Amino acid sequence: MKNLPLLFCGIFFALAFSFTGLILSSNIQIGSLNQTTQSLDENGNNIAGETLYPLKTAGLAKQGKQVYIEMGCIYCHTQQVRRQGFGADYERNWGPRQSVARDYIMQDRVLLGTMRRGPDLMHVGGRPLNADWHHLHLYNPQITSKGSNMPPFAFLYETHKIEGEPSPDALKFPPNSEYGPEEGYEIVPTRDAEALVEYLLSLKLDYSLPEAQIVE
Amino acid sequence: MDTAPQSNSQIANPYSSKDAAVRAELSEIDASIRSSALFFTVSAIFWLLAGTVFALITAYKAHEPAFMADGAWSTFGRMRSAHLNAMALGWGNNIIFAIGLWIMARLCRAPIRHGGMLTIAGIFWNVGLTIGIGGIIAGDITSVEWLEIPHYATPLLAISYALIGVWGIVAFKFRKGEHVYVSQWYILAALFWFPWLYVIAQVMIIWFPARGVVQSVTNWWFAHNVLGLWLTPMALATAYYLIPKVLGRPIYSYYLSVLGFWALAIFYNWAGVHHLIGGPIPVWLISAGIVASVMMVIPVIVVGLNHHMSVVGLHKEVWRSPTLRFTVFGAISYTLVSLIGSSMAVRSVNEITHFTDFTVGHAHHGVYAFFSMIMFGGVYYMMPRLLKREWPSATLIKLHFWGSAVGISVMLFALHVTGWIQGLEMNNPDISMLEVVQNSMPWLKARTVSGVLLSFAHVAFAVNFFWMLFAAGAVRAKQGPTLLDSSSKEGAA
Repeated sequence: MKNLPLLFCGIFFALAFSFTGLILSSNIQIGSLNQTTQSLDENGNNIAGETLYPLKTAGLAKQGKQVYIEMGCIYCHTQQVRRQGFGADYERNWGPRQSVARDYIMQDRVLLGTMRRGPDLMHVGGRPLNADWHHLHLYNPQITSKGSNMPPFAFLYETHKIEGEPSPDALKFPPNSEYGPEEGYEIVPTRDAEALVEYLLSLKLDYSLPEAQIVE
Repeated sequence: MDTAPQSNSQIANPYSSKDAAVRAELSEIDASIRSSALFFTVSAIFWLLAGTVFALITAYKAHEPAFMADGAWSTFGRMRSAHLNAMALGWGNNIIFAIGLWIMARLCRAPIRHGGMLTIAGIFWNVGLTIGIGGIIAGDITSVEWLEIPHYATPLLAISYALIGVWGIVAFKFRKGEHVYVSQWYILAALFWFPWLYVIAQVMIIWFPARGVVQSVTNWWFAHNVLGLWLTPMALATAYYLIPKVLGRPIYSYYLSVLGFWALAIFYNWAGVHHLIGGPIPVWLISAGIVASVMMVIPVIVVGLNHHMSVVGLHKEVWRSPTLRFTVFGAISYTLVSLIGSSMAVRSVNEITHFTDFTVGHAHHGVYAFFSMIMFGGVYYMMPRLLKREWPSATLIKLHFWGSAVGISVMLFALHVTGWIQGLEMNNPDISMLEVVQNSMPWLKARTVSGVLLSFAHVAFAVNFFWMLFAAGAVRAKQGPTLLDSSSKEGAA
């Protein structure tokens, strides 16, 4: 090839084309999305006085999201629910509806994920699993999900000698669990573990959006 | 030069060119880039070994979760990310800086200027990367795929890269000769594309996060293009350089190489969105990604034809040459992995393969069986010319080849099969997630075995390399190229 200006222009425009088409245009389309009420009035405006969705993650849950990031949870867990009929996300109760672009607009870091070595977590806070279950599961997944290949996060917990009253936060092991502490000791979550569970419980897709209604 | 018909082995002489003046010129160019190319190759091999250790830990943890689970630093997500970054940015980029720039310098036919600057930039790159991977392990991981390196290390990488990229373009500017060879198009384009991708991704995801899933679109535009517009063009450029050099005959078709280059440039960079099929982004974006992914069949077939037709009829020479045994393995893998990749972008296939180990297998098919194998071939060709001595051991080269070839084949088989089964089972809500995981265990164990084979291969490679680098007298005295067939002493390595 001898026509160098053509070569340079081609190299430049090839990437400029996809940069414009994929990045800039989606930034225009999705970047303008705002919070909204679950349904709109007849003029297409938010209904006054109703809660705006999606909610913003705040407080302890926000710190928990940071723990989720630091522990690399995203490499085995997604946070996206595919539409009914495409995969079995809906049938597995991973969410009452598909997740859409607006669900993520309040997140500083979007953690969609691309691997499901474990279940999707978009709506994990809406499943019948309480904080006690999550703590046991994080401490050692074998307690709650025998045979799972999820790593234990026991380093997010501390073993204390029980002095006086047992701590109300101590992990509630099933009777005679082989994973429980020795007699006279208890296992309590660190602040990181508390935050992480708070974050998991905050993950809910239990609201409708004008473009994605939950069908009862 | 006599006019008698020559056998192929005579055509393929160690320096390819019969012209002493051309050989002297190349030798001068090699001398000018020797120190920086060696620095990058040594760094690349250290990262390859480090990445292999992280890989083994990760693979083993996937079926033995209690292994090394006592600290946050060694948890699965961090080990996996340390592996990915050590391989992609440590092994991949260093070896590209070594071989890509060396090929660029040779094809520009001018001794390089300011080789010292290149080495300094290389030191920055490796320091930045060490801090970055240390940061990942320490817990500053970003959890953005392919961009896990924490924000305090990335500026170092960006600056270092800028120096190296600019250097490559300057080398091109001061070239001699009219004709620009196909390898130069690819290298030039990749040197220009990579910083654009990297800076945009850093800015829009880490520094000034874009709104919502624009981040995800940017993430996969970037991550897929690391493969498509960085590793792929560099490996194709290397194959385009090595095949004719070793065989001593030109590339099959000039016009196919033009078509292949432009088709790749136009289609590949739209394809990344296929990682978000079924995801919460506008459907038109996904459709664009699927169309581009399927259109990639064109450059793949074209480049495949060009590479494969160039070696047709010379299979003995290919098998005998360490360089080509690896390079042609890589070129064949490119055809296969790309065709599989295009079909994975089709919605009905993606519904099964998405979110499974099929994708993990596919990534290794591309980065290892294609990219890394060609780069190994490049190292086997470049080192004797830089050091003016031969590879000490043909046995170690064979160990490397068989360890890599069998290891990666076992891994690809295991991950593709288990990925497909996982996909089918996950789409059947009657099978619990725990059962899906347990059914994949035997395959994940097979993956660990494949990792052990690959580790042996990498150790054999490293031993041979450092043996050659710190050559004892016996290695220096060795005459003639090291070939993988003892019956013949002729031909280029």
